[in-house]
Amino acid sequence: MGGNDKLVTLGGLADPLFFSAPIDTGEVQFEMLRRYLNSMLRIRLAERRLAEARRDGLVGGPVHLGVGQEAIAVGVSAALRNSDRVFGGHRSHSHVLALGSNVHGLFAEVLGKETGLSRGMGGSMHLWDQPRGFYGSVPIVAGTVPLAVGAGIAAKLQNSGDVAVAYFGDGAVEEGVVHESLNLARVSRAPVLFVVENNLFASHMHISLRQPSDSTARFALANNIPHHVVDGNDVVAVAAAAQALVSGARRGEGPGFLEAVTFRWYGHVDWREDIDVGVHRSLEELNDWRRRDPVRRLEEGMVAAGCWSADQTVELTEQINSEISVAWEQALADPYPDPEAILDRVYAAAGG
Amino acid sequence: MEGRTTHTYGTAILSAFEYLLENYPRVFVIGQGLWSPWYVGSSMTDLDKKFGVERIIDTPVSESACTGAAVGAALAGMMPIVVHPRMDFMLYATDAVVNQAAKWSHMVGGQAHPGVTIRAIINRGGEQGAQHSQALHSWFAHVPGLRVVMPATVADARDLLVASVLCKDPVMYIDDRWLYDQTDDLPPIVESDLRLEGPKCLAEGTQLSIVAAGHATRLALDARDELARQGYSAEVIDVRVLNPFDPERIVQSVLKTGRLLVVDGGWRNSGFSAEILASVVERVSPNAMKIPARRITLPDAPAPTSRVLEKAYYPTSDTVARSALDMLSRS
Ligand SMILES: Cc1ncc(C[n+]2csc(CCOP(=O)(O)OP(=O)(O)O)c2C)c(N)n1
Ligand SMILES: [Mg+2]
Repeated sequence: MGGNDKLVTLGGLADPLFFSAPIDTGEVQFEMLRRYLNSMLRIRLAERRLAEARRDGLVGGPVHLGVGQEAIAVGVSAALRNSDRVFGGHRSHSHVLALGSNVHGLFAEVLGKETGLSRGMGGSMHLWDQPRGFYGSVPIVAGTVPLAVGAGIAAKLQNSGDVAVAYFGDGAVEEGVVHESLNLARVSRAPVLFVVENNLFASHMHISLRQPSDSTARFALANNIPHHVVDGNDVVAVAAAAQALVSGARRGEGPGFLEAVTFRWYGHVDWREDIDVGVHRSLEELNDWRRRDPVRRLEEGMVAAGCWSADQTVELTEQINSEISVAWEQALADPYPDPEAILDRVYAAAGG
Repeated sequence: MEGRTTHTYGTAILSAFEYLLENYPRVFVIGQGLWSPWYVGSSMTDLDKKFGVERIIDTPVSESACTGAAVGAALAGMMPIVVHPRMDFMLYATDAVVNQAAKWSHMVGGQAHPGVTIRAIINRGGEQGAQHSQALHSWFAHVPGLRVVMPATVADARDLLVASVLCKDPVMYIDDRWLYDQTDDLPPIVESDLRLEGPKCLAEGTQLSIVAAGHATRLALDARDELARQGYSAEVIDVRVLNPFDPERIVQSVLKTGRLLVVDGGWRNSGFSAEILASVVERVSPNAMKIPARRITLPDAPAPTSRVLEKAYYPTSDTVARSALDMLSRS
């Protein structure tokens, strides 16, 4: 049988022993690189803070952390504007922060405070910041993928030139609704960027136990959707691919599909690194993937390009950490929603 | 006691799985997390190791296909159990349950019956919010052709699962993570015919009938203890089987006590609590009631995440006891 000849696979992209060198920053301007680094560090340090707080019992609900995956949201967001429509899932802290949401709003939401992004009603798994283009994230796997298609169709009807973005995981691709969405977006030429953060796992299961190929881009191929498969821990590569696909979508060419290969450093949920309940990953594999650290590789790429020094990273880290501490203390001190919110927020207010 | 084994609600479920898999080669289990079942407490530990990964099938994140496949396997002679670690996740599978499994027998003139068991787990609290909390038993109990059971006790957790799987019809078996730590000493398994199971009196009383299902039954039992401390006698009826629903035992109880308090872990509007009330209204004369019936449900709102809102959202045994005391003191 020659059926496998055409099987799309990730090859070296899924092997942590490759792609660990400093990032080639190419033609990218220093100011842009600095912004990437700033944004990625901010996301990482904010999530580290949440991990500690969850471990210490200060956070009551589950947190799905994306430490190790920061380059994807930061690279994609570089191609976006505030009027675009971004949707996420259960692991979406990075998606909202990369759009410029403030850390305090995220922290307050995770703590269930009235000042949070969703006014304390949603917690970590239900984030919202529409003024910055974040239309919402939810934990039903693949739940927002068709919503993004609809937001794309709306942009087309509105002639706004905006695009919609659906972030989802390699596991989400196993839900039928993703395939309906890809097909629908293609036939309706909806300006949608499908972003698969392929971290090779869906909770405890490696992709080899769930799918016949480790590359989800085969479904873009099947639906005739332009696609790129990139090292998701290379922010420059992610940004370039996202830019190309988003430009096409803005020009009316329809959807694009970006598969960004990565790895999460924490277990499926909460703060444990690899011994998380149910997650069968070896410490060895995790350590190999840490060598593909998107933050360190960007930093080293910038140093190699002669526009950055390790001391500056230390300084930047301290600065972000102190901002994060202020945001955290503030969020802890903020009030909870009034219990009347339970019934008051079910429907639009009278006259709304 | 001789021949008895101490179980939690969780290990009682596990023992039902083991019994079924050992005694019925046609049984297999399919669902997410089965090779690492931390998601479902102690209720499925090591089944893959004991019975092999061919019969204990962990799956892609594909609720719709897995449930449909279980229905098809049932039509082809197997006795599948499909496991949904959270009821919210199985909404992708509603077509397989509602349009296919529940309709099949009737559509083909009663000649074929997909005897699939759909285990749906209610798992809420812990600041998880609107999509990780739902108790949708009322929805599914609305569908003719689908049997719906909700075990409240350790014994029922085991025995109703066995009965569900042995039943020729599609059954939705709904267990609740908030019940997993209860313990009891159980006698060896005796197979029962699900068609003969129905509401049961768990504790007798004379002044008030409290009717509930699943975790709400636990609240009712705890409230009954509190009422007893205050000198009142309440009877607790556990619904157990929501569809097909036989209200006879509930009616008997209400005729005796003249007071009815319904407790349900779902929402109020069009919820199962309304079905219980309606079935009593249809059969008991208003003159026999000492005070209008009441119900305790969730507020008609999605589950919030914030801990203070969660506290306000979920009724407790205290909520039940207070309402019961109010009814008793007014009549
Ligand atoms: C419909 C549905 N099914 C199952 C789950 C449980 N669940 C939560 S996250 C997850 C794995 C998702 O994997 P992937 O899409 O790869 O995202 P990742 O966690 O790797 O970021 C599962 C199975 C869910 N939340 N929703
Ligand atoms: Mg994944």
